[in-house]
Amino acid sequence: MSLQPETFKSLVKVAAEQVIACAPELTSLDQAIGDGDHGTNMKRGFEAVLGKLDVISAQPLDEALKMIGKTLVMTVGGASGPLYGSFFLAAGEALSHDRRLPEDLADVFGSGVNAVCARGRSQPGEKTMLDVLVPVLETLKTAAGQPDLIARVRNTASAAVERTAPMQATKGRASFLGPRSVGHIDPGARSSSVLVQAVCASLEGRQ
Amino acid sequence: MNDTVGIVIVSHSKDIAKGTADMVRQMVGSEVKVAFCGGNPEGGLGTSVSLIIDAINAAWSAKGVAILVDLGGAETNSEMAVEMLEPARRDLVVVCNAPIVEGAVMAATEAAGGSSLAQVKAVAEELSAD
Repeated sequence: MSLQPETFKSLVKVAAEQVIACAPELTSLDQAIGDGDHGTNMKRGFEAVLGKLDVISAQPLDEALKMIGKTLVMTVGGASGPLYGSFFLAAGEALSHDRRLPEDLADVFGSGVNAVCARGRSQPGEKTMLDVLVPVLETLKTAAGQPDLIARVRNTASAAVERTAPMQATKGRASFLGPRSVGHIDPGARSSSVLVQAVCASLEGRQ
Repeated sequence: MNDTVGIVIVSHSKDIAKGTADMVRQMVGSEVKVAFCGGNPEGGLGTSVSLIIDAINAAWSAKGVAILVDLGGAETNSEMAVEMLEPARRDLVVVCNAPIVEGAVMAATEAAGGSSLAQVKAVAEELSAD
């Protein structure tokens, strides 16, 4: 797997389109335990990314990721903007400092995950997007270089999102509900899973 | 230096942000710079990093700016906005952990007396102490 500009462009396009397509589902998950704006916020952010895709994909990869991050920060309008934005800003920053893809993928992804932890002052187990991102990071580390890496990442993401249902939220708006947050999938975990799975599907289609 | 700490009010609702700013104006007067913003980039309920940056710059004072927020996303977006300021300004802006209306009034009252940014923040945050 090598990341050519055209591949990157189609990865971003597929991921953005998937999130936009899932906006009604994200909103309905968020109506159950949050404030019901996650779908429309993510849709607005990723539509802005799609609108700039030609400019974004013409940049070197590190700058392209930072541009995606900044676009999300400026357009999403909810906490998920700075959270996803910080992920892409930090991943781009890691690539600006001697990291290379695909060999340093876990490292670069890990920089993004750390930025989400810091921005949200959160950690796994609190029913957030980190409950998908951290298991995915673990798989990227443990299965690095394996031929079935993409399939493993995809399985990790889909299993991880389901595991957020029995969790009780202690961060974000869902924490206001306390025990009533139990039984619902976390909308941020779901949007993370949608993004990860879209990237996996797009890469699998290219193998 | 006669400058006073500036106050920024960030709510998910522009109406709440404006109403809070109106209360501050009436109770504290006009010697303290107050700016407010509310609503996502499309004008619906939510917050916008670029509007927050504009509000910080509008309320700018050499003594710094204290931000009062309502719920989660307003805080996260405000912290992001602070980080995106030019480096010289970043360290002079704080997000207060205080209720938005009472915090804004208390912070502005303290600021009007010429207090430092740290004092303004501390007074607003006393409201959150148990």
